[in-house]
Amino acid sequence: MSAIISQFFVLSQRGDNIVFRDYRGDIPKGSAEIFFRKVKFWKQDGEEEAPPIFNVDGVNYFHVKVVGLLFVATTRANVSPSFVLELLQRIARVIKDYLGFLNEEALRKNFVLVYELLDEVVDFGYVQTTSTEVLKSYIFNEPIVVDAARLASLGPGGLFMQGHKRMPGTAVTKSVVANEPGSRRREEIFVDIIEKISMTFSSSGYILTSEIDGTIQMKSYLSGNPEVRLALNDEVSIGRGGRSVYDYGGSSGSGAVILDDCNFHESVHLDSFDVDRTLSLVPPDGEFPVMNYRMTQEFKAPFRINTLIEEAGSLRAEVILKVRAEFASSINANTIVIQMPLPTYTSRVSFEMEPGAVGQATDFKESNRRLEWSLKKIVGGSEHTLRAKLTFSQELHGNITKEAGPVSMTFIIPMYNASRLQVKYLQIAKMSKTYNPYRWVRYITQANSYVARI
Amino acid sequence: MPPPPQRSASPSQPSGKGEVSDLKLQLRQLAGIRAPGTDDGKRDLFKKVISYMTIGIDVSSVFSEMVMCSATSDIVLKKMCYLYVGNYAKHNPDLALLTINFLQRDCKDEDPMIRGLALRSLCSLRVANLVEYLVGPLGSGLKDSNSYVRMVASVGVLKLYHISVSTCLDADFPATLKHLMLNDPDAQVVANCLSALQEIWSLEASKSEEAAREREDLLSKQIIYYLLNRIREFNEWAQCTVLEVVSKYVPAESNEIFDMMDLLEDRLQHANGAVVLATIKLFLQLTLSMTDVHQQVYERIKAPLLTLVSSGSPEQSYAVLSHLHLLVTRAPFIFSSDYKHFYCQYNEPFYVKKLKLDMLTAVANESNTYEIVSELCEYAANVDISIARESIRAVGKIALQQYDVNAIVDRLLQFLEMEKDHVTAETLVLVKDLLRKYPQWSHDCIAVVGNISSNNVQEPKAKAALIWMLGEYAQDMQDAPYILEDLAENWDEEYSAEVRLHLLTAVMKCFMRRPPETQKALGAALAAGLADFHQDVHDRALFYYRLLQHNVTVSEQVVNPPKQAVSVFADTQSNEIKDRIFDEFNSLSVIYQKPSYMFTDKEHRGPFAFSEELGNLSIGTESANAVASVQLVEANDKDLLLSTSEKEEIKSTNNNGSAYSDRAYDGSISGTTSQSQLDLVSLDHTSQQNVQTDSMAIDDLLGLGMSITPTPAPLKLNAKASLDPSSFQQKWRQLPIAVSQEISVGRQGAAALTTPQNLIRHMQTHSIHCIASGGQPPNLKFFFFAQKAEDSSNYLVECIINLSTCKAQLKVKADDQSTSNAFSSIFQSAMSKFGLP
Repeated sequence: MSAIISQFFVLSQRGDNIVFRDYRGDIPKGSAEIFFRKVKFWKQDGEEEAPPIFNVDGVNYFHVKVVGLLFVATTRANVSPSFVLELLQRIARVIKDYLGFLNEEALRKNFVLVYELLDEVVDFGYVQTTSTEVLKSYIFNEPIVVDAARLASLGPGGLFMQGHKRMPGTAVTKSVVANEPGSRRREEIFVDIIEKISMTFSSSGYILTSEIDGTIQMKSYLSGNPEVRLALNDEVSIGRGGRSVYDYGGSSGSGAVILDDCNFHESVHLDSFDVDRTLSLVPPDGEFPVMNYRMTQEFKAPFRINTLIEEAGSLRAEVILKVRAEFASSINANTIVIQMPLPTYTSRVSFEMEPGAVGQATDFKESNRRLEWSLKKIVGGSEHTLRAKLTFSQELHGNITKEAGPVSMTFIIPMYNASRLQVKYLQIAKMSKTYNPYRWVRYITQANSYVARI
Repeated sequence: MPPPPQRSASPSQPSGKGEVSDLKLQLRQLAGIRAPGTDDGKRDLFKKVISYMTIGIDVSSVFSEMVMCSATSDIVLKKMCYLYVGNYAKHNPDLALLTINFLQRDCKDEDPMIRGLALRSLCSLRVANLVEYLVGPLGSGLKDSNSYVRMVASVGVLKLYHISVSTCLDADFPATLKHLMLNDPDAQVVANCLSALQEIWSLEASKSEEAAREREDLLSKQIIYYLLNRIREFNEWAQCTVLEVVSKYVPAESNEIFDMMDLLEDRLQHANGAVVLATIKLFLQLTLSMTDVHQQVYERIKAPLLTLVSSGSPEQSYAVLSHLHLLVTRAPFIFSSDYKHFYCQYNEPFYVKKLKLDMLTAVANESNTYEIVSELCEYAANVDISIARESIRAVGKIALQQYDVNAIVDRLLQFLEMEKDHVTAETLVLVKDLLRKYPQWSHDCIAVVGNISSNNVQEPKAKAALIWMLGEYAQDMQDAPYILEDLAENWDEEYSAEVRLHLLTAVMKCFMRRPPETQKALGAALAAGLADFHQDVHDRALFYYRLLQHNVTVSEQVVNPPKQAVSVFADTQSNEIKDRIFDEFNSLSVIYQKPSYMFTDKEHRGPFAFSEELGNLSIGTESANAVASVQLVEANDKDLLLSTSEKEEIKSTNNNGSAYSDRAYDGSISGTTSQSQLDLVSLDHTSQQNVQTDSMAIDDLLGLGMSITPTPAPLKLNAKASLDPSSFQQKWRQLPIAVSQEISVGRQGAAALTTPQNLIRHMQTHSIHCIASGGQPPNLKFFFFAQKAEDSSNYLVECIINLSTCKAQLKVKADDQSTSNAFSSIFQSAMSKFGLP
């Protein structure tokens, strides 16, 4: 049935209501408490994390986690789950468009504005619109912008660290409606090509699976909504048909960029895509994905990980981790974290870093027996090594490689894209010679699931 | 907004008493002042009020002050005031009356924003005795020149309907909505009218025939085409609403189907997953009766689904994956080369990994099993214990469904060598199941299992499995009697009754094979068992004791009978339930893996729950004409469905004792929540049915007694009887079962039943009419009705025919109970003539 939601609310990590809107009045009191208790103490069938959708006494609870907050909807109806989860995500995005930056403090400061938005987004449980563009004409509260200076301290990678799979907006942290203090609005448009890569290496270094999940994200601050043309490189093609997607080799040498599949934002016109790889659109206000794509064609791994474990007697072993950056030396990766689970009977670990190591840190988490090695920066072409000496509380039995690993890695590589998909040009159709807005096209690659087995 | 209950005071959440009276005072001071500049002060105060309201402090006491302050032209203030009023009006109807005045005035404001906002608030008061004030503003709102106001008004009608049905219907608002829906230039107005009409007519349909007709009319070709032609004007959310409605439409010919699919093809490339899934549902529904095209649809939707899985948040991935999971289990062969997409990523949440493991199990076939099992073995060594367990179970499931289990058994046995307790535990349970299916592997397995120290096995399920193997393969395991003896002597340390039960049986089995060595263990076990406080354990021990006393040879036959390997382990879900979940594609049924009747009450199942069935009936019949020619309805009643699954269960007990006992066994130890719930439900229906059959037996007796009394006039049926589906459903729910029995259809009958149409036509010649049919061979389900010729009392029949057993389960319900047996015999004689030349 068409989706009706009964309530929408946002809870803090501690379970406080930050906003709470009841649309239908058909859910008994206390739903937020019931929900929070359930999520906090979830334990069912070995699961320790509540699934995004569950049912308690005939009430269906949906939630998504955004920047540590819980965005929740309830309903009694048998609705489309994708619809409600997508809606929750979209409400978060609209709020972010308005506030510029989404966190608990910003929400608390702007809750009246948020209520105003919620009233227009959903009426009596039925979604009316989630377009920032459309909403603009109904919204009268001005956002109270949270202190932007503090946000800078998060560092360049900071924005990417929220959430663990899908990064939130990367463009800028300014509201689509707030005016820059003291100056008129700057004409600019941001296009971010964000790629999340997943790779699994076998113990011998062979690539078992690889995938790129990419998004071309846009955020426009152009006045007068001009049409924008976005041209991709000619090598891009979209694979169709039942071809096995794990068909390595063959095409990869030719420079072709074969996407398995992709989807597009509502506003995108594909009239000339087949001819010249051009997407044309009138970008609405706010942040949105122009295109999502998925690629399983073979691509070059940005990092190679080498793990060596040497047993030294029955109570000791040494782990040697080597990581090599396989990209050009003009490019730097940042916020790199390498993790490796160690045998449960590991009692002590002593680390030996390479001579002259800067910006590196090591840690052994006793709680989950996990070795952690973080590096602030890795320059393309370089190699780094870590030696860890393990001491065990009981004698080794069997094969240590069955008790440890796999090694996993997270990183961010700005100005790098693994798929070789590129934006050739960004054309803004506006009849004026002097009109030359700022255009930002940025690439970024991020690890999603980067795993080397040992 | 009903304020959440009060919480204890905490630094972030003041208890409020003093603050509220403070606010009241300040508001009162500002209320009188209209001077410019006071709005900012008011805004701050209003904000405070709203913030208290949000955290659950009761601020209803400032109601009149808020209303007084609302005389302003500041729209921000107005909005806050509306929000406040909407929240407290319901519980303070007297105060709500205060607001009517200014809201009505605002409804006539020259600014359309204010008109819309005021109308929305007016309709949101939820106060029954104020509805008279709503009709006027709503009427003009629907005719407003501004689309925003019409948008608000169309939803407002629905709000009014929920406050007062009669006011809404008396004002003829639904008709106005329908007119707007078909003519308004603004797509969101159209969408709101559609949503409102769906909700109103679905709720009304059970009360009036006209409403039922109106509801059907929403699915007429004219309206469906009108909506489809405008599909691109709607925003993405409204598109979902339209697609959902369209998926209930039954096209008359296949060209229509292709046209619709061509039109909507590009919706599969939408970035919004909700649009994509709504489109997929439509495509699947449309092509149900066209096997080839249906399969092409599966191929076509694969890539978009996979893209959605990887492009959204983990929560969105989960929703999409659940649907992919359903499709994979329905058509594993279509996805068998995509198995790598279902490999787990290390950072995925458990709920996602679990689905992926299920899918890997489903797609495993001869060509990919080796790789899938290798991957699963990696997960089995995972530090995350839950995932390790699930992965081992997955390997076991694959082993049980494959012909070539050689490599898998080796892998499983390697698990035992890993010496991780949870791995050992899971593996033991699997090895036990494996041996029940493939006894030929016992030699290899027992060699490894024999090395496991029972001290390292603590989990009851695993321990029970190990003990079972010790008993079953006592002759192959050197130490079996001594291990059992050790366990029996430490009886008191074993807290699980299930393990103690298994121990008793294992000791008995072992004793039969190696009496001298086991005698001591047996003595210990029986003595401890007889003294056990657990009833079942005590009873079993006593039973064995008496059995041995009675005759040892007989005991052997009881405890160690020759065994047959289990060929198929019972599926946890019946096909009927799986089909029902598929019919409810793109809904929560897919997430919970249960049909909606199991978790939702009737009114929330969806406005088209009934007509939904109209669309579905072609399942299994695979012929397009079946949809078009007869009005087919499958009853959606919980009882109807349950009675079927319960019957299946009973049948399986009769036909396949081992499968049943396995289910009972599994159910008692583990049982996912859903499964045990299911069992519970069907269980108590079984008992209910027993009661019914009992009373039936009495009926029969009475009937027998009555045969001596003069026979009543023979029953005549009306050849032109008519009954509409909704009255049928209603009656079916209300009437008790008068006759319930199994009859034989005969070989010739089953053979003639190549399509349901044959039987339907045959029965019609006997004045028995079909109202619905469905199911999938070998189980076909029909609903018939008949009417007495002299008065219009009805007979309703549910008839489930099993083509392989040539039996039919009959359930007859009748308005006039006294003639139900007479009718039943007419029905049976008609059935018995089916298929005869």
